[in-house]
Amino acid sequence: MIAKLILAHPDASRRLGAFLALLLVTAALYLLGVSPDWIGYVLPGSVDWLTQHPSYGRILSAFLIAMILAANWKALQTLSRFQQIVAVWVELFALLMLFFYSFDLSFAFIAKKIGFLITQGVTTTLYISAISIVIATVIALIGAIAKLSRNGVVYGLATFYTSLFRGLPLLMQIYIIYLGLPQVGYVIGAVPAGILALSLCYGAYMTEIFRAGIESISRGQREGATALGLSPSQTMVLVILPQAMRVIIPPTGNQFIAMLKDSSLVSVVGVWEIMYLARTQGQTEFRHIEMLITASMIYWALSICLEYIQARVEERFGRFNVR
Amino acid sequence: MPTDIDAPEILMRNVHKWYGIYHALNDISLAVAPRERVVICGPSGSGKSTLIRCVNRLEAHQGGEIIVGGIELDGDERKAEAVRRDVGMVFQQFNLFPHLTILENCTLAPMWVKKMPRKEANEIAMHFLERVRIPEQANKYPGQLSGGQQQRVAIARALCMSPRVMLFDEPTSALDPEMVKEVLDTMVELAREGMTMICVTHEMGFARQVADRVIFMDQGRIVEEAHPQEFFAHPKSERASLFLSQLLH
Repeated sequence: MIAKLILAHPDASRRLGAFLALLLVTAALYLLGVSPDWIGYVLPGSVDWLTQHPSYGRILSAFLIAMILAANWKALQTLSRFQQIVAVWVELFALLMLFFYSFDLSFAFIAKKIGFLITQGVTTTLYISAISIVIATVIALIGAIAKLSRNGVVYGLATFYTSLFRGLPLLMQIYIIYLGLPQVGYVIGAVPAGILALSLCYGAYMTEIFRAGIESISRGQREGATALGLSPSQTMVLVILPQAMRVIIPPTGNQFIAMLKDSSLVSVVGVWEIMYLARTQGQTEFRHIEMLITASMIYWALSICLEYIQARVEERFGRFNVR
Repeated sequence: MPTDIDAPEILMRNVHKWYGIYHALNDISLAVAPRERVVICGPSGSGKSTLIRCVNRLEAHQGGEIIVGGIELDGDERKAEAVRRDVGMVFQQFNLFPHLTILENCTLAPMWVKKMPRKEANEIAMHFLERVRIPEQANKYPGQLSGGQQQRVAIARALCMSPRVMLFDEPTSALDPEMVKEVLDTMVELAREGMTMICVTHEMGFARQVADRVIFMDQGRIVEEAHPQEFFAHPKSERASLFLSQLLH
């Protein structure tokens, strides 16, 4: 019945749908408790009316915001796809900055500390992550090949490793390595302990990614290479891995980005990376939120760089997929 | 068994193979002389593919012996690799490497297995790509070629290792009908030049044209072995005549 009505009056139902959506957004904003104060800033003459009718003010505020959203949506529709993407990014970024601005931050304090946060913190975070990523990749490759092995001992070792290091929280692994290894006679520094924990933990996750990637290559590829006389290791390096890379890279990129941020856990053993500095530098003048927001933005910027690199590498390994 | 003065290129004696309890090859004895062209046919599941995959040890046999070019395949991986250097194989699904260009597909094994310099490998690859009449595709990727072209590349790729024997495992079964001929023509040329060949195929025209011998298999056994003229005109076994009556030719 309703479907028939909609089909019979497409324009009317579209308008009705838009109107309902507007109402719904208004109701949602009202229930979220949007404050009407901003109308007072924009139109100073309305302040009296707003103080007399606080609940009408809230409804008006919710409705106006819904209208602004709708107008914005309409305006975005007229742009090309690329312009839409840029516009959405700019708008959301502006809103985020507005959100941070509302904290009444001391920018002088941020300006004073950001240099140290970058020279000391970013360098430490980057080199811990970079070394861990390289080691984790090597572990993952070995682990994946071991997991595909027909030898029971090798397979057993690989499955125990992945099970253990995927099963323990990373924070626990950092503590266990940093505090536990000295018990058996190996005194280990905070940085090596952090790198070891990150490598082992991410190596375990990436082992599964690499295994799945290698298994995704059809048996025919291995047979084709074998029939040509290539040895098993040549087959793996020259034929299987280059093709598996296409499957491996996207989730591996995610792992790299996750690791960059998880390297902040290393701060618990006192490594001077971004997170540790953000916590300690803010303490002296009781400006925690400034430092935490700055550190967050630095992590975000680093992640964007990694995303960009990931896209580039994907392009490189996907090039043979032309039709 | 032919009693040539030449030692057979491929010799199988009482070969057995099981997949679990399934008896895939049952007491296979076969000798292929140098320059001989053998066509193997039979219903699906009769063990044809398994048989030729045992020749370069893509599959391991469990009983009897297989000797290829004087090397016995006894489970020693180095011997298997030595055999594979002399035995080329063409698959139903081509198995070209999609991440490499046509030229790189052809030069991979010469460069890594025979340690040939790139320049020489490229020259050899271009020579064989010209012989299968697709030198102009050398810098494309396999995905950009038609099925028939891909299979001809696969033949060229195998020939680049200058094998003494070529194995064909249903090379035309995955092709569109209009592309079968271009691949068969390439195979006929190869046969005329005196390559030792074992072909698993249902192309009976090809068998008539080039085969020295047709082997008919059923249920893991060699049921019949004859010259093609005789095999097609007067199949001795009932199973073979039934099989032939069901083929369109």
